[in-house]
Amino acid sequence: MQTYFSDLLVIGAGLSGERIAVEAAGAGFGVNVLSIVPARRSHSSAAQGGMQAALGNCAMGKGDCPDVHFADTVKGSDWGADQEVARMFVDNAPIEMRQLAFWGVPWNRVVPGKSTFFKGGEKFEKIEEEDKEGLITARAFGGTAKWRTCYTSDGTGHAVMCTLDNRCAQLGINVFDKKEAIALIHDGANCLGAVVRCLKTGVLEAYVARATAICTGGFGRIYKATTNAVICDGGGHAIAMDTGLVPLGNPEAIQFHPTGIVPTDILVTEGCRGDGGTLLDVNKERFMQIYEPEKAELASRDVVSRRMTEHMRAGKGVKSAYGEHLWLDIRHLGDKHISTKLREVDEICQNFLGVDPRVDLIPVRPTQHYTMSGIRTNKDGAAYGLKGLFSAGEAACWDMHGFNRLGGNSLAETVVAGGIIGKKIAEFLQGHEVNFPTKTIRDALLKQQSRIDALIAGKNGRENVYRVREAMQDALMDGCFVFRNGKDLEKCVNVLQEVMERAKAVGLQSSGIGANPELSAALKIQGQVKLALCIAKAALERKESRGSHTREDYPERNDRDWLKRTLAYWPEGARLPRLEYEDPTPYYELPPGERGYGGGKIITADAEKIAKLTIKPGAKPAEAAKAKTAN
Amino acid sequence: MARNLQFEIFRYNPQDPASVPHMQKYVLDETENMTLFIALNRLREEQDPSLQFDFCCRAAICGACAMVINGRPNLACKTKTKELPDEITLLPLPVFKLVGDLSVDTGVWFRQMYDKVESWVHTSKAFDPAALEERMDNAVAEQVYELERCIECGCCVSACGTARLRPDFLGAASLNRIARFVVDPRDQRSDKDYYQIIGNDEGIFGCMGLLACEDVCPKGLPLQNQLGFLRRRMGITALKRLFK
Repeated sequence: MQTYFSDLLVIGAGLSGERIAVEAAGAGFGVNVLSIVPARRSHSSAAQGGMQAALGNCAMGKGDCPDVHFADTVKGSDWGADQEVARMFVDNAPIEMRQLAFWGVPWNRVVPGKSTFFKGGEKFEKIEEEDKEGLITARAFGGTAKWRTCYTSDGTGHAVMCTLDNRCAQLGINVFDKKEAIALIHDGANCLGAVVRCLKTGVLEAYVARATAICTGGFGRIYKATTNAVICDGGGHAIAMDTGLVPLGNPEAIQFHPTGIVPTDILVTEGCRGDGGTLLDVNKERFMQIYEPEKAELASRDVVSRRMTEHMRAGKGVKSAYGEHLWLDIRHLGDKHISTKLREVDEICQNFLGVDPRVDLIPVRPTQHYTMSGIRTNKDGAAYGLKGLFSAGEAACWDMHGFNRLGGNSLAETVVAGGIIGKKIAEFLQGHEVNFPTKTIRDALLKQQSRIDALIAGKNGRENVYRVREAMQDALMDGCFVFRNGKDLEKCVNVLQEVMERAKAVGLQSSGIGANPELSAALKIQGQVKLALCIAKAALERKESRGSHTREDYPERNDRDWLKRTLAYWPEGARLPRLEYEDPTPYYELPPGERGYGGGKIITADAEKIAKLTIKPGAKPAEAAKAKTAN
Repeated sequence: MARNLQFEIFRYNPQDPASVPHMQKYVLDETENMTLFIALNRLREEQDPSLQFDFCCRAAICGACAMVINGRPNLACKTKTKELPDEITLLPLPVFKLVGDLSVDTGVWFRQMYDKVESWVHTSKAFDPAALEERMDNAVAEQVYELERCIECGCCVSACGTARLRPDFLGAASLNRIARFVVDPRDQRSDKDYYQIIGNDEGIFGCMGLLACEDVCPKGLPLQNQLGFLRRRMGITALKRLFK
C-alpha cells in the first residue's frame, strides 16, 4: 500500500481547488492535489460567460463598486445568502481578477471610443473612455445593475483554468490525475486525508494530510437532465456525508436552466430568447405568452423552466427516444444574426444535433444546472463537524448564493473563495498538529477494500448499478425538479428509500479488475442516493418558495418561518437524513425585502428581530461585531 | 428506418493478466441525434459494463474523449453516428500510454510538457494588490487567447509523424504553447530563452511539415502557422548565434 503525505490534500483540481493549492503552496506548505481527470478538463473549463467583479472600468460599468455588487448578490440569493460571506466575496473579487491578470489570464480589455450594443433587440450606443484603455473590461449579465462580468471571449473558464494550472506547475505542486477519493480518513474529530482509488490501475492508496479540502464541484449528475460534466457526480459530497459528522447546507437549493438541448443537455444560451427566439410545443405553437403575458420567453430562468414543465405536464411536450421536450425556434432571426451573435449556439446545434438553426427547430428542455447546496462550511471555508476539513467552490455551501445564484458569480466564487480559504487554510496549518495513527489509516483502507471485494463477489446482491442510478434520476426528475409539492415530494422520498435498498444490493457484472468503470459507479451509488434523499426530504420540509425552490402548495416566500438554512446530516445506518436549521447570516447589511423581479408574495419576518441584526451598509465584519456589542 | 450500427472496438485491460489485445464487435440500434457519447455509454450500460473510455464535458470543450474513429483522431462527443457508415471502428489514441480499451493517459504527457516548456508567465515583477492592473492592448489579449484555446485532447500529437517516430518530440500542442508565451508581453523571456527549449530536433526543427496536426485539430487551431512563426524566429535566433 502506497501512502502519500502532505500538509494539505486538495480533492478536485478545478479552479477553487487549484486556487487553494496555489495559496497554500505560496505560504510554504506541501500540497497534493487529486483529480479524476487531467486538471484542465475540470468542469470549470466549460464556463464561458465570465466572472463578476466590480472593477467599474467599462462605460456601462461606470459607478460600479463592491456595495452594488453586494446588493445584487444578496437580492439574487432571495436573502438566503450569508451576508458576511457575500461582503468578503465582493470586496476581494476585483483584487483576485487583477491577480489572475498578473499570472497570465488574457482578459478582454477596454477599447476606447464609440461602439454599439443590443438590449432587448434594440440597438444602443456607448462610448468607452480614453483613460481606461487597456484595463480589464466587462460584459452584461442577468440580475446585475452594472456591466460587471470580466471575460475572455467565450472561453473564460478555460483561460483561467490554464493560467491556474500553469501556476501550479510553476510552484511544483503535485497534481495527480485519474485519482478518485472514495472515503475520508478521520478519527472522529480530525480529518486525516483520504482513501484514493487510482483510475489507471484500480489500486487503493492513502493520501494523508494535516488539512483536506474538498473542491469537487456540483452534483448535477444525480439528475437525469443536467448541463454538468459527467464527473460532477457528487463523489466529494458523498465522502463528507459518509462520515456522519459533516452536514450538507441547503440541499433543496438546486438551479434549473430552461434550454438544455436534447439528448445531451448541453446548454444553449439565454441569449437565444434575449434576442427574440421563441419556445414552441408539440403543435409548433408558442405558449409562454399564455402563462406570462408580459414577459413571455423573457421571464427569468426559474420562471421559464416552471412554465415549460407545466406545459409538458399538460400533454404538450414532444415525445422522443430521450423523453419529452419542447422546441426552441430562432429561425426568424436570420442567417446573419445566427452566424455572428449566436455563433456558439450555431456550433452546438451543428456539432451535437446535426441541426441547422436557420431552418430547423432546436429540441430543448429544462435542465439541472447548478447546486447552491453543498458541504456546509463557515466563512473560513472550514467544514462543520470535522477539524481540518475544508471545502470551496460549487462543492461548498459557503454560502454566498443562498437560494439562487446569479450568472458570473459562480466562476468568480471559485477563485475568490479559493484565495480567501487558501489563506485561512495556511493560517490553520501554521498552528495545527495532528497524529496519524497507522491503525486508523490501515482500517480505513481495509474497509474500502472489503467494500470493493464484496461488490466484485456480488456478496450484497446482484442489482445492476446503472439501473439503480436510473431509478434515482427518474425519482428526482419526477418529484424534485423545477416544481415541487407535498404529495410528489413524499412519493419521491418513499421511492428513493426503495432505491436505497437496491443501491445496497448492487453487485458487479464485470470483473472489477483495474480501472473498471462499473466499480467506480458502484462505489458511489449509495452516496448519490443519500444526496438525492437529502434534496427531497429538505424540499419536503421547506414549506415556502424561495429562489429556485418552488412549492406549488406554498407559493409565498415565508420569511416569518423559513428565513433559515437547512443542514442535512446522515448518521451511520440512518434511513433518512437528520435535518437541522440555522440562521442564514450573522447580521443583515441588507434587511430582507423585494428582489425587484420574479414577483410573488412575501410573508415578512419579525421586524424587531431583523432590526436588531441590521448593521450599517458597507460596515466590515469587525465593525459589525463592535456595533452589536454596543447595542 | 433506424440502422443497426456495428461497432468494432479495441479491447485490452493491461491490469488483467488474462486480457489480450483484440477487437470486439457490438451491435446497437441508432437513435435520433445519436453521438458517440450516447452510443458508447449505452454500450457500457446495456451490454458491457467493463468497457473503458473517457468523457467529461461531452460538449467539445474539455478534450477528454479523443480516440481514433474510423481511422482518424477526433473527439467522440461531437461525432454524430449519422455521419458515419454502418460499421464504426474505434481505437485508442497512439503515442499516449494505454489505460485500457479506448482510454489513454494524456495527463502525464501534458504535465511533463508544461515542465519542459516552462508553461507559465516568466516575470521579475511582483503582484501589488493595491495597484490597478497593468494595461494591455485588447487585440494582444485576444491573440493570446486564440493560442490558449488548445484543449489538450492529444489528437495533434497522435496524428504526428515525428511524434510516432521519436518519443521526445514536443509536438504541435507544445509548440503552440510556446507561441502563446512568445506573443504575451507579460512574459519576459527572450527568443534566446525559447531557443534553449525548442531550438533542436525535439522541438521546432523536428517537425516534418506533414500538416496532420492541423488537419485533425478538433478546435481548428492554426497549428502550422504557429510552427512557421516559431521556425522563422528560431531560425533567425540560430543565425544570430552563428555570427555573434
